[in-house]
Amino acid sequence: MVEPLLRAEGITKRFSGINALSDIDLRVFPGELVALIGPNGAGKTTFFNCLSGLLRPDAGEVWFDGHDLDGMATHHRARLGLARTFQRIELFGGMTVRQHLLVAERARTKRGGLWRDLLHLSAPTVDERTRCDDVLELLGLTDVAEAAAESLSLGRGRIVELGRALMCQPKLLFLDEPSSGLDVSETSEMGDVLLTVQREQHVAILLVEHDVPMVERLAGRTYVLDCGVKIADGPTREVLARADVRAAYLGQGV
Amino acid sequence: MGDFLEYAVRGLPVGCVFALLALGLVLNYKTSGVFNLAFGAQAYTSAAVFYVLRKEHEWPLLPAAFVAVVVVGALLGFILERGLYRHLRTAPALAKLVTSLGLLIAIPEITKLVFGFGDKPQYNPPPLWPTKRTDDFLWPEGSRIVLDAGQITTILCTVLVCIGLWLLFNRSSLGLQMRAVVESPRLVELQGIDADRVSLASWILSSMLAGLSGVLIAPLFAALVDQDFVTLLVAALACTVFGNLTNLPKTVLGGLLLGILQQELTGFLPPNSDLTTAVRPSLPFVVLIGLVVGRLIVAKIRKRPASFDKDISDPMAGVDPPPPVPVAMMRPPWMTGATRVFGIVVVLAGLYLCWNVLDPSWLGLVVAGLCVGVIMLSMVMVTGIGGTVSLCQATFAAIGAFTTAQLVQRYEVSVLVAMGIGALVAALVGAVVALPVIRLPTVYAALTTLAFALFFEKTVRPLRDISGGPNPLPVPRPLVGSIDFADNKSFLLLVMAVLGFLGTAAILVRGGTTGRFLDALRGSETAAASIGISPGRSRLVAFTLAAGIAGFGGGLLASYNGQANYEASYVYLYGLIWLVLVVTAGSRSVQAAIVSGITFFIFPKLLELLFSFPGNWLVSHPETKGFVRTLAEFPDPSWAQGVAFILFGIGSLTYAKHPEGIIEFQTTASVNKMVKTLARFRQPLATEGAQHG
Repeated sequence: MVEPLLRAEGITKRFSGINALSDIDLRVFPGELVALIGPNGAGKTTFFNCLSGLLRPDAGEVWFDGHDLDGMATHHRARLGLARTFQRIELFGGMTVRQHLLVAERARTKRGGLWRDLLHLSAPTVDERTRCDDVLELLGLTDVAEAAAESLSLGRGRIVELGRALMCQPKLLFLDEPSSGLDVSETSEMGDVLLTVQREQHVAILLVEHDVPMVERLAGRTYVLDCGVKIADGPTREVLARADVRAAYLGQGV
Repeated sequence: MGDFLEYAVRGLPVGCVFALLALGLVLNYKTSGVFNLAFGAQAYTSAAVFYVLRKEHEWPLLPAAFVAVVVVGALLGFILERGLYRHLRTAPALAKLVTSLGLLIAIPEITKLVFGFGDKPQYNPPPLWPTKRTDDFLWPEGSRIVLDAGQITTILCTVLVCIGLWLLFNRSSLGLQMRAVVESPRLVELQGIDADRVSLASWILSSMLAGLSGVLIAPLFAALVDQDFVTLLVAALACTVFGNLTNLPKTVLGGLLLGILQQELTGFLPPNSDLTTAVRPSLPFVVLIGLVVGRLIVAKIRKRPASFDKDISDPMAGVDPPPPVPVAMMRPPWMTGATRVFGIVVVLAGLYLCWNVLDPSWLGLVVAGLCVGVIMLSMVMVTGIGGTVSLCQATFAAIGAFTTAQLVQRYEVSVLVAMGIGALVAALVGAVVALPVIRLPTVYAALTTLAFALFFEKTVRPLRDISGGPNPLPVPRPLVGSIDFADNKSFLLLVMAVLGFLGTAAILVRGGTTGRFLDALRGSETAAASIGISPGRSRLVAFTLAAGIAGFGGGLLASYNGQANYEASYVYLYGLIWLVLVVTAGSRSVQAAIVSGITFFIFPKLLELLFSFPGNWLVSHPETKGFVRTLAEFPDPSWAQGVAFILFGIGSLTYAKHPEGIIEFQTTASVNKMVKTLARFRQPLATEGAQHG
């Protein structure tokens, strides 16, 4: 049997008396695309934040690729191969798209350091440029490579975030509502890009998403959260067909 | 036990004053998002008005108190809100901080100028109670625990204020609106409530609290000195940190505890011991630093993010236009070349001017300005490039200067080598200070570094083994082989070489990997961490490097002056003024550091000249009489510096509008103009320029 890439067990998080998450288990296997859905306030982003180290769960443990992540800082998790994007877009002000990717590449290779800076040796190498161009090409960002990332539309901005995460050569990618704020065609483009990434780069993806058609199209398995409790998991089609899921999430009567 | 209680009761009144000012700070921060360091200055102003009314005009107590606390307080609050902070609501935290620092510098200078305080001290500030003798109203009689009239007045005032605030927040609609504005100003406006009006009310209220605390604490000092009110401010800051910057009851409790702790220390530490004299005056600073560091350590042990209240972020901040593109990115390459040539020409022309035209006193000002420019370069490094606010760069300069002086004096080390070691020592201390500071949000970082600077000033500076005590240690000019830098002209070359070297280093760091990581962290710390950038490491490097640069600059300045004179060169206030200047000119630019350094010395001199010409002319005419004559004879040496400080402070207000700095803003404007003009002649070049934007 294949070892799961990410194994979260019994994740519990309370905010001053409110149970944001109670006893959530979740597994993601290498190269798999898994969705996490649920109504607003179900605790999806809180769960993400627990996984990526922005919050520390009150109970439960997270294992990633054979490492216990308890108490590990976000940037250490990122170096293990855990990258993410954000629900509220988080770009670096004043940087171009290319610079976004190059800085992520530098962070991965750790080819930095004060001495290199002082000796003027920190210009991007041919290797770094090639990798950066590849990702730009893959995501269709080549034409805006030199534009300030903040000046792009929200949809393009989300793709830049994705590109920045991909430069870290992640094993697992957390995507927090990649389609929110996008129009129909942008959403479908985003879906295409995610499938390409998953297939060509063999990256496992854990996706928080509200767009049900997108989830149906992309995800092999789906977890459903409601009020901090896991109410269903399994193959996407089966899960979405379940009556309790439809009642809790899709708002359709049984 | 009896002693313990006695000291506790004696500590209460001072604690009450701390609490009052702290309440003002928290109230204001909660409702307007501005952590107004200028409250220290406002407290001073109210105390000064009270002094003038009572002592010079001999007003009765109540009207004087009413004018000093209510009228002056409300007026200052009104002016600051309407004139300034209303327009800064969406400005970055650094903008709010720098403007409040500018005011902290400007307001006392304006006050002194208006009342003509000059350099003569104002002895025995009057108390806020009717009797002249303070010991004729004691409570309870015959007991060992005694409070005099002043202390009882203070406690009464505080209790009244607390009750008033409680009623305001729990029983009045304005209070309810204030609480709502804290939660979400946008939502409040959607409910049809004018958030501006609520914010104005809170500014007026908190400014009156600041005024009240100033008037109450003034009699405890032998004379009215504006610096003492900064100490009061830091004590209040410690209370606000205790209350997490938001919790009012906890803030009051913090104030009382701090007042009591201060008395207990006085009571229980052996009197006149070195420890007592060293610890007591810096207790608020130590407490502030202790609280911050303690919280970080607890967070580390619990493996959770520290529970600092994040800088209040405005929900509307997302609709702000993106920051302007740096001019270096938008000008065509040929123009970059031209700029460099122009720069070299300017430097050479300046050199020629210094060499052949300037008279020695002006040359001296330029050289001193360039030495300070090195210290300002450290501010560019830590704040502009590193993204951490540090209010203690002058202190690192002092550490460098003292180390240089001691090494030269005791071990006869060559001066330049001693400066290098001084820089290393400063860098080392900087690294230690940086460990907590780089992990803090802007406001906390500013408070902690300010506390460190004051701690150094009150506790380390007096130590004879470090600073040489009251007499400044001599530091000679360097002598390298046969080159003697005793002459100002040759020393100028040395400082320019140092600036060239360190400036290049700063530019390389800014453009290199470290600079990119720091840019990313400033853009979004969470996002930077999510791609594997350690939030601590790059900032630690920048902070340490900056402390080292400041240390070297301090050594240079000491060598120029011939002595490591703390009071003349390195007091924390200069550090604040330098920061305000350099941030106004351009916090990321090496040029700005150099220009601001020279400005700091030249500008007051120019002011003096500007006013002395007509003044002298008027005085020499017998027809000049009355008020005009007084005005013409008025200038004494200190006023020009005061006016300069005011103008520097007011200048910092432009920062809110042009966070890139005046120099960058002007350059951008002129480059734009040039590109446009050229476009008429050479179409292809212009399109190339546009692409670079």
